[in-house]
Amino acid sequence: MEHIIPLFVAISLATAFLISLLGSKFKFFRTAFPVISSAALVILSVLSIFLVNNNGLMVYKMGGWIPPIGICMVLDGLSSFMLLTVNLVAFFIMIYSINYVKKYTDVYKYFGLLFLMLAGMNGVIITGDLFNLFVYLEVAAVSSYALVAFGTGRQELEASFKYMVMGTLASGLILLSIALMYSYTSTLNMADIGKSLANEGSSSVIIFISVMFIVGFGLKAALVPFHWWLPDAHPSAPAPISAMLSGVLIKALGVYAIIRIFYNVIGSNIYTSRILLVLGTLSMIVGVIFAIGQYDFKRLLAYHSISQIGYVILGIGLATPLGILGGLFHLFNHSIFKSLLFLNSGAVEYSTGTRDLKKMGGLNKKMPVTGNTSMIASMSIAGIPPFNGFWSKLLIIIACVEANEYIYGLFAVIGSVLTMASFMKVQKYAFLGKLKEKWKNIEEVPFGMKFSMICLALICVFGGLLLLPEISNLLLKEASNAVLIGKEYVNQVLGSV
Amino acid sequence: MIYFLCFILFSIGLYSILTKRNLIKIIIGISIVDYAINLFFILVGYRMNGRSPILEKGEEIERIVDPLPQAVVLTSIVIGLAVTALLVAIAIRIYEKYGTFDINEIKELKG
Amino acid sequence: MINNRDSQGMSVIVKTITRLTIGLILLYGVYILLHGHITPGGGFAGGVIIALSFIHIMLAFGKNVALEKLNQTWSKIFESTGALLFITIAFLGFFGGVFFNNFLDKGEHFELFSAGTILLSNIAIFLKVGAGLFLLFVALVLFKIGGRK
Repeated sequence: MEHIIPLFVAISLATAFLISLLGSKFKFFRTAFPVISSAALVILSVLSIFLVNNNGLMVYKMGGWIPPIGICMVLDGLSSFMLLTVNLVAFFIMIYSINYVKKYTDVYKYFGLLFLMLAGMNGVIITGDLFNLFVYLEVAAVSSYALVAFGTGRQELEASFKYMVMGTLASGLILLSIALMYSYTSTLNMADIGKSLANEGSSSVIIFISVMFIVGFGLKAALVPFHWWLPDAHPSAPAPISAMLSGVLIKALGVYAIIRIFYNVIGSNIYTSRILLVLGTLSMIVGVIFAIGQYDFKRLLAYHSISQIGYVILGIGLATPLGILGGLFHLFNHSIFKSLLFLNSGAVEYSTGTRDLKKMGGLNKKMPVTGNTSMIASMSIAGIPPFNGFWSKLLIIIACVEANEYIYGLFAVIGSVLTMASFMKVQKYAFLGKLKEKWKNIEEVPFGMKFSMICLALICVFGGLLLLPEISNLLLKEASNAVLIGKEYVNQVLGSV
Repeated sequence: MIYFLCFILFSIGLYSILTKRNLIKIIIGISIVDYAINLFFILVGYRMNGRSPILEKGEEIERIVDPLPQAVVLTSIVIGLAVTALLVAIAIRIYEKYGTFDINEIKELKG
Repeated sequence: MINNRDSQGMSVIVKTITRLTIGLILLYGVYILLHGHITPGGGFAGGVIIALSFIHIMLAFGKNVALEKLNQTWSKIFESTGALLFITIAFLGFFGGVFFNNFLDKGEHFELFSAGTILLSNIAIFLKVGAGLFLLFVALVLFKIGGRK
């Protein structure tokens, strides 16, 4: 059964190249095939959750080489949780894309790049080798640069260039810290690095490496001092890609890598937690304050991504069991409702051709599915019970109070209130109120787009059920335990060889 | 000592990215940063008077430099190639749309 | 065969020298490719050299001659095929028990046909890299022409 581990990367890569080989000739390869392939990935990730639940942490030796020498892949609770998040969102985005991308030429390139990005993300999540993580990160990042520029309009190209400069700089910093890490420990395997760091003890080099990693992955995750590429890059991409970028890419490349390196490899200490807490709170507040003033629908959503990533990092930075559970749960919820909101904005753009909130109005009458699903997503992101966003924010705030970090809890509440305010604005301008004269003849979007929006909205409504003990033990508890064991990860990986 | 030269090279690249107003110069800056890091990684694996890590018929393995950074840097150079190619392609397309390489005139996105 | 009739491209001297050297460059690329597992080199280096030989034709004789030798459709197909071949070799590793396993006979050291799947992987990488690099060059050249219009 452990043979499913490399399939996450292999299937998505094979799909990407099959699409690029055959997609221009056969319609099947640019409509049904992506959906089938990503459905297979979702099934595999559900399977991996049960596998982890039964066997605990699993190590897959690529080509039969023993880990410190060869590259290994590690599947634990956190990996399988992230895999489920990424592949689930990707699946709905594939369904949505079939209708949405009809306006572009060379659709097969779009799907090829999308699967390359998916392969990169799955690889980042599943790998157990530091340099391999960098390679997958670059695969995902390079294809996302190309996807942001896919429309080849003026704004897309400009946004893509900015994103690319920032992304390359971030990758450079990450590679530099990997080089320093290699010079310090003489190994690239994450577990082996953890082992030799434990033997060597800490030194100023480790602090330097940690700072580099925080800056590098912080740039990828768009934490606040490093956030300013995101509001340009995410809105300029086609809507499904924005959903993918905001929904899962910044989490897989940024948040997941931060968690893995700082909790499992270097080992958490009070300083990194403190830094993460401050960065998280800053992102939370600054993101939402910028968002309130926006009238561009997608730009507003992009600023909210920064703010919500702040919540995730705040929960993770608390480093208490409840805080990590809440942070990871919020990560899942955010990828669901943020991709839903971006898909909604895409649907509005598909029908009306505008992203400006001031020009919309009363769209609920003409586009009931889009309107209602966006209402659900807005309430979810604002943290109104019983939607999923409420439960995860509640967990994070309770964790703050439990850890005696009242001031951070207060900021989390303030951020939540401001989020609600800005989404009330969206609802009021876009969907409620009187229908404007020029939108008399618009139509609801096609079936594929409606289907994925409704499914994501259902997950939003019932997302709170993930906290039920039975399901939570399977998914969230496993994931947060994988973080909480900290450097025990090293022994588990090296022990299972 | 020689490590500091790498960091100086890195700083030159960073300076070019941060202060230059021309897209092509920014791309060159990115390339310099890339090379500085690659050079650093190679130097990490060097040992004094070491020979290249190639096994030939009838030779023994002794005093070779660390081969792993070389393999890693090869991969990193390939990634750098892909990124640079994409950057140049996007820069050409930007020139097509805006008619300039000056980033002061390419600022439609703000807020 | 390539001739100097075309008015496109560089001067007669360059064209003549190119005609003489192009075969050698190609051959050297193939050598690097096939001996990748026993000497320095391999799929990537070989692919780059072979792509350079085509780029060389393009520089000396203009883009039409080079695209006659290897047009964009075929290079796209080669590129995807190379990647797919590589994944297929990785999948075939399941015959040896693990993904990416070197399941073939390893043979003698320092022989041409040794090291199991590494030679096959090198060929796959060569297809990907060679076609990819050539396409990259073509794309940038065509871009430039498009931009100047």
